[in-house]
Amino acid sequence: MSKQKAVLSEEQIKTRRGRSVALAVTLGVLVAMFYVITIVKLGPGIMDRPL
Amino acid sequence: MTMLEQTQGLHEDATDLGGRGSVSDYIALLKPRVMSLVVFTAAVGLVMAPGNQHPILSFISILCIAIGGGASGALNMWWDADIDAVMSRTKKRPIPAGKITRQEAFAFGMVLSFGSVLTLGLVANWVAAGLLAFTIFFYVVIYTMWLKRSTPQNIVIGGAAGALPPMVGWAAVTGDVTLVSIALFMITFTWTPPHFWALALVKNGDYQAAGVPMLPVVAGETATRHQIVLYSLLLLPVGMAPYFLGFASVFYGVGSAVLGLVFLGYAIRVWRVREGDAAKKTAMSLFKFSLFYLMLIFAGLLAENMIGLV
Repeated sequence: MSKQKAVLSEEQIKTRRGRSVALAVTLGVLVAMFYVITIVKLGPGIMDRPL
Repeated sequence: MTMLEQTQGLHEDATDLGGRGSVSDYIALLKPRVMSLVVFTAAVGLVMAPGNQHPILSFISILCIAIGGGASGALNMWWDADIDAVMSRTKKRPIPAGKITRQEAFAFGMVLSFGSVLTLGLVANWVAAGLLAFTIFFYVVIYTMWLKRSTPQNIVIGGAAGALPPMVGWAAVTGDVTLVSIALFMITFTWTPPHFWALALVKNGDYQAAGVPMLPVVAGETATRHQIVLYSLLLLPVGMAPYFLGFASVFYGVGSAVLGLVFLGYAIRVWRVREGDAAKKTAMSLFKFSLFYLMLIFAGLLAENMIGLV
């Protein structure tokens, strides 16, 4: 099997970094969003639920 | 070899691993301009619905509807890459431009579709989520994959997908479908044919080259002009329906009547001016006014609700 690696151009590295940052931001927003949804939906009873 | 055949193999190469698309290319896949219309009409449905929903949940519901609408745009571009490459209006889209592969667009669209539907179900309710899933299914499978290439009635029936967002917004609050939300649906549904046929009159050559059986291509420009006037006539009472049904004030009633009459006026001009550049200009004026019409109708409903006129 060839161990040759594709060499990315400056442009490709730049767009990949942009996509990575966008994905990281999206994941962060999703985590924050689900945290807020949980608080809003369960309200003050969040610590008072049957286990 | 036809233009279509030339573009058929577009980025279908299995060895093409993609990875060229920038963030803005992925945003373009979501059809941001269509998305803004979806967000606006869905927000009107949500605000008009009776009941109390936490503002944060309302905001996230709208976000889900927007992402669901964007996902169907991405799946539409995945399927239509071959004809998009032929038409001047669409050939700069990310797939025909070679920035994103069809597989990437498909994966992107599917992930966003499932993500938005499931999140809406959890945040609001499963009726709204079901309606959003139906909207995406209708736009991608019924309109894009089936009707668009097979019948000149494509945008009449397919228009249902674009008309559903206010019903989804309404259902996100109430969990049901009512006469009021159906009336909101009917406004966009009746508005869609004259809106798209006006554009089709201007871009007739494009659709012909791409082999899309739009009404002007199949039935001719005269028949299309008749249909535009008919639907514009129908839109007048449908646009006023919120007033007749008692969920908009007399101000809205008068405003929507005036807007509907102006719309009809533009349609009649399209019907009368049939030759040369003047014909294209009048069709383009109708297309532009139709966007303004829809925005004002929904803005009127939103404003009346927010200031408590109804």
